[in-house]
Amino acid sequence: METVLSLILIIITAIFVNNVVLAQFLGICPFLGVSKNVSTASGMGGAVTAVLIVATAVTFAIQKLVLDVYDLGYLQTIAFILVIAALVQMIEIILKKSAPTLYQALGVFLPLITTNCCILGVAILVIQKDFNLWEGLIYAGSTGLGFLLAMVLFAGLREQLEMVNVPKSFAGVPIALITAGLLAMAFMGFSGVDGGLKILFGL
Amino acid sequence: MNNMKVLLNGIIKENPTFVLLLGMCPTLGTTSSAINGMSMGLATMAVLIVSNLIISLIKNFVPDMVRIPSYIVVIASLVTVLQMLIKAYAPDVDKSLGLFIPLIVVNCIILGRAEAFAAKNNPIASIFDGIGIGLGFTIALTCLGAARELLGTGAIFGQTLWGESYGMLMFVLAPGAFLALGYLIVVFNKIFKKA
Repeated sequence: METVLSLILIIITAIFVNNVVLAQFLGICPFLGVSKNVSTASGMGGAVTAVLIVATAVTFAIQKLVLDVYDLGYLQTIAFILVIAALVQMIEIILKKSAPTLYQALGVFLPLITTNCCILGVAILVIQKDFNLWEGLIYAGSTGLGFLLAMVLFAGLREQLEMVNVPKSFAGVPIALITAGLLAMAFMGFSGVDGGLKILFGL
Repeated sequence: MNNMKVLLNGIIKENPTFVLLLGMCPTLGTTSSAINGMSMGLATMAVLIVSNLIISLIKNFVPDMVRIPSYIVVIASLVTVLQMLIKAYAPDVDKSLGLFIPLIVVNCIILGRAEAFAAKNNPIASIFDGIGIGLGFTIALTCLGAARELLGTGAIFGQTLWGESYGMLMFVLAPGAFLALGYLIVVFNKIFKKA
């Protein structure tokens, strides 16, 4: 029971309290770049979630089975980024062969994901926070869902912004950033929820 | 294009933060104070100068097919070296920047300059491009950090200007990063683009 409750706590914290984009500032580039409409935003969010889970599983295995065993901790950054780059390429090839429709939906976003800092960031955070494999995978998945949620909300707001007359020097990115600031403010309402839940669950 | 022009190009015309909008994660994530913003800017600049130099030197030996992976290996090795140096000589900086030091690897500015400039120009010009873009990034991050620190805590570089009780804490927290950067870009547009 206690493990289930602690996993629920990880999920809620990662999606709402410590939202990957709006509180931890990881993955801002796609957040600003591909959030012009809701359908591309949700495609990107889905692709990131899938890659996050696979990448975390693989980097976790590399850390525990190779880097820790042979005392190569200092190679973490190089090993992880290469593994992630290769993995993204592999997912792309596999999807192209086995699931062409899914590939068409996600294809354009996949190459962009390699340089998305939230993949490398989460892979390193899982090691830093000393999660076990299950906690790490749940954390990666819910971080991805948090990313998806932020992307879809923000894209919805930006679709509305298209119809508004903004001052010339605010047009484009500045007004988008200010909108994101207001969205982040809304998410601040969740802060402290994790502490409360921790007491409620008796962890 | 002479070297001075390359330098200025990076600071104003192609400012990575205000014009190209690259490397947004460290820009927003590490600028809760002026000194944090400046250390992040300088760390990125160090990696950028050396990576530009190395990539410009090896550009003729690297086959075109594997150029991106090899650039990433060069950048990742440099970041690892930097990470160890910071851990050894400036543990405070390591603590305040935390996760964002290894994440310099995925900063699009560095790979972007490698691909757009260093792979096409000679080593000397590439060094100047690294300094210019690096300075542009550092200045932007320091400005953003200073603005957030001043509005949030009433201090700049740790020097109190007015009491902390007048600060708006929100500017040190997450929403303030987005708001402050948005308004700074507006100011930049007003001054340099006459929008």
